[in-house]
Amino acid sequence: MTADTFTVRFFARLREELDTEQLTLPAEPGLTTGAILASLAERGGAWAQLQGKQPVMIAVNQAMAKLSTEVRAGDEVAFFPPVTGG
Amino acid sequence: MISIQNEDFDPATEYQRLRDSGAGTGAIATFTGLVRDSGDLSDVQGLYLEHYPGMTEQVIEGLVAEASSRWDVRQARVIHRVGRLTLQDQIVFVGVCSAHRSDAFAACQFLMDALKTSAPFWKKEITASGEHWVEQKTSDVARSDAWK
Repeated sequence: MTADTFTVRFFARLREELDTEQLTLPAEPGLTTGAILASLAERGGAWAQLQGKQPVMIAVNQAMAKLSTEVRAGDEVAFFPPVTGG
Repeated sequence: MISIQNEDFDPATEYQRLRDSGAGTGAIATFTGLVRDSGDLSDVQGLYLEHYPGMTEQVIEGLVAEASSRWDVRQARVIHRVGRLTLQDQIVFVGVCSAHRSDAFAACQFLMDALKTSAPFWKKEITASGEHWVEQKTSDVARSDAWK
């Protein structure tokens, strides 16, 4: 990862259905997790579910985040289904 | 202390460690969760448990801190297994030491309820006919929300 990128990680059902564990994307000023989801959903196919009916949970730097959370270079963003441990 | 591990654990050993937490402890509440044979699907043969390394520990540490601020918690122990598990395997252990039973019960139940809806673990059920990612239950969310 270089200084002007951030990583996106996927877990569980999303990781399997997107067939993707991790992406490295370019950072942009003012970029939010919501904008990242919208942009990834435009890839179509399984990616469209990122803007679908099923809830997607968001973490930034391993803490729960919102659609409005800003993402900066070097951040670790994660998208995953609602959790089911215990 | 928090452990995320593939290996099984021994509740008797964990209980003994909690007993050694100090003379102020008057109550220990423990919970152990097991793999059962029916969940979203019937005839479940086992589970696969995935987690988000690093974030999982941070979230549970935050829950233990919250429990300690709300109740008398002398010591708390959380163990959660990940990877492939079979029927009747132990999945999770929560143990809490308090001066009195009400705080021990409440903190133990809070930790389990909150862990289920906020710690990044995901269960996949394995049956003879295939695999299925477990859906989050609205009843689990309601139980967790009830502590807010």
